[in-house]
Amino acid sequence: MSGTTTTGSATPAGAKQEGSTRRTRRRARRAERIRDAGGQLPTRSLVLRYILLLVVFAICIGPFLWQLSTSLKGTTEDIYTFPPRWFPSHPTLGNYDKVAQIIPVWDYALNSLKVAASNVVTNVIGSSMAGYALARLRFKGRKLAGVAFVMAMLVPLESIMIAQFTTMRELHLNNTLIAVVLPGCIGAMNVLLMRNAFANLPYEIEEAAIIDGANVWQRFLRVALPSVKGTIAVVAIFAFMGAWDDFLWPLIVLSDTSKFTLTVGLNYLNGTFNTNPRVVAAGTIIAVLPLIVMFACLQRFFFRGVGEGAVKG
Amino acid sequence: MARRPSATRTHAASSPWLFLLPGLVVTAAFSLYPFVSTVWKSFTDARTLSAGTWVGLQNFTDMVHDDQFWTGLRNSLLYVVCVVPFTVMLPLLLAMLVRRYVPGISFFRAAFYTPVVASVVVVGLIWVWMLDDRGLVNGMLHAVGAGPVHFLSNQWLLLFSAMALTVWKGLGYYMIIYLAALANVPNELHEAAQMDGAGAIRRFTTVTVPAIRGTMALVGALSSVAAFKVFSEIYLLAGPSGGPGGEDTSLVMLVQRTGTGLTGRTGYASAISVVIFVITLLLMLLVLRLDRKDKE
Repeated sequence: MSGTTTTGSATPAGAKQEGSTRRTRRRARRAERIRDAGGQLPTRSLVLRYILLLVVFAICIGPFLWQLSTSLKGTTEDIYTFPPRWFPSHPTLGNYDKVAQIIPVWDYALNSLKVAASNVVTNVIGSSMAGYALARLRFKGRKLAGVAFVMAMLVPLESIMIAQFTTMRELHLNNTLIAVVLPGCIGAMNVLLMRNAFANLPYEIEEAAIIDGANVWQRFLRVALPSVKGTIAVVAIFAFMGAWDDFLWPLIVLSDTSKFTLTVGLNYLNGTFNTNPRVVAAGTIIAVLPLIVMFACLQRFFFRGVGEGAVKG
Repeated sequence: MARRPSATRTHAASSPWLFLLPGLVVTAAFSLYPFVSTVWKSFTDARTLSAGTWVGLQNFTDMVHDDQFWTGLRNSLLYVVCVVPFTVMLPLLLAMLVRRYVPGISFFRAAFYTPVVASVVVVGLIWVWMLDDRGLVNGMLHAVGAGPVHFLSNQWLLLFSAMALTVWKGLGYYMIIYLAALANVPNELHEAAQMDGAGAIRRFTTVTVPAIRGTMALVGALSSVAAFKVFSEIYLLAGPSGGPGGEDTSLVMLVQRTGTGLTGRTGYASAISVVIFVITLLLMLLVLRLDRKDKE
C-alpha cells in the first residue's frame, strides 16, 4: 500500500491531484478515441460489435424493463400472455397505489432514506477524521490503529452478525433503525480509502497553514478535506447505496413490520400475500428508481469506487 | 522533509486520538468485539435470552452430526465451484467488448453496471417473476416450442437459478475492475503479436491473460468469498426455509435461521460462523496461492 509514507509524494506537480487526474483521464480517453478512430474498425466487425453490445444490453436491462412494464399493466390486462407483451395496452399507475395499500411502502422508503442518509453522514465524518489521523499525523500507536482497521475489514459481516444481534439486544436497540445503521456507520474500508487519499496529498499544501499557525483541526477542515472531495464523494455514494440496498442485517435486526426498510418490506410483501406480480413489480420499481437516477447522475464516482475499493479489498 | 517535525509540534498529543476516536470505537464495538465474542460463544450453549455455559467442543461435534450443516456446506461450496469460473471469465470478455471506443460505448458500460446498483432484493424479486412457471423466460421458451421449465420448484434448478442471478448481478462490477486492468496492458504487445500473425483468440490467451493474471486472481478471490457467503439470492428465490425440504439452504442461511429471533441458538450459530470465517480465509489464501504458482 502506498499510503503509509507521505514524504515520497511531496512533489508540487501533485498539488492539484484530484483535478488533474480527471483532466489527464479525459485527455487519455480522447487520445484513445482518436487512435481507435485512426485504427479504422471494418464495418463488419463494427456491426458485429454493436450486435453483441445490444445482446448484453438486453440481458442486463431487459429484466428491469419487463418489471417496469408489468408494474404498469392494469388488473384487466393478462400478464401471462404468450408471447410476452412488452408494452402495456392501457398503462396505469394503479399498482403503485395498491402496493401502498398493502404495505406502508412510503414509510419504508422513508426508513430506508433515514438509514442511508445517516450512514452517509457518519461514514464521511468518521472515516475522514480517522483517515486523516492515520495519514497525516504522527503519534505513538499509529501503526496499531491502522492494523485495527485492516483486521476489521478482514472479518466478514456474515460471521459476526449473530454477535452483533446479541450486542444490539444488550443495548436495547433491537428493532430500531439505529441498530440498522450502527454496525456499518464507520466502515473500516472507508477509513483506509480516506487514509490513502490524504496520504497522496503533497506535504506542501499543509505547510502554508502551519506557518500561519493553523492548528490541526483548522488544517484538517480548511486544507486537507477540500483536497480529497473526490474520495469523499465515493465514500458517500457507496455508503448510501450500501445502506439502501442492504438486506441481511436489517432482516435480522428488525422484527416489527412498522420499522422495516424497503428491502425487508419488499421481501415481506412477496412472502406474506403472494399477491399479484403487478403490485410486487410496482414495489420493486419504487425501491430501485432512486438509485438508478443517482447512478445516472454520478456514474463517474460509482466506477471510481469500484477501482479503489477492489484494490484495497 | 526537514520541515516535518514542525508539523508534529502543532498538534497536541491528544488530538490524533480524538480524530481516531469515533472510528476506533465503532470498529472495536461492532467488528472486533463481535468477532471475539463469536469465537467465545461458539464454545458455549448460549441462546438469545441466556448467556449460556461453557460446553467445550459440543457445538462442533453437534455440527458434524447435523444434516442441515452438511447440506449448507455442500450448497455454499457448490456455489463457489459453479459461480467463480463464470465471474472470472464472463466479465473479462465483457470488458474486452466495451474496452474499445465506439459511439455510445459509455451508455453501454453504464447499462451493464445497472444490476450492480440495484438491491439484491429488487433483482431477486424480478427474477422470481421472470422465472415463474408462466413468466417471461417460460414465455420465451414456449415461443421456441420448449418448456415450461419449473425453475422455482426443483431443488437443483432453484440453486442454479440463484447462481445465475449472482453471476448476472456481478457482471458489471467485475467488468469495471477488468477495464482498469486492461488499460494497463501495453498496446505494443498486441501489435507485436498481431504482426506475428496471431489471431484474436491467440492474442487473448498469449497476451491479455498473462498480463492481467493478477487481476483475474483478485476477481477470483473476491467472488469466491462472496459466493461462499451467499444468502440473499437463495433466500429470495427459494424462500426463507431454503426450497423444497430445505435442500437449498446455504451456510449463512443456516446461521440466520438458527441464530436469530427470540429462540435463537446463539452458541451453535456462532460455531457455524467460526467455520464460515475459517473457510472464507482459506478460500482467499487458496486463490492467491494459485495465482503465485501460476507465475512461477
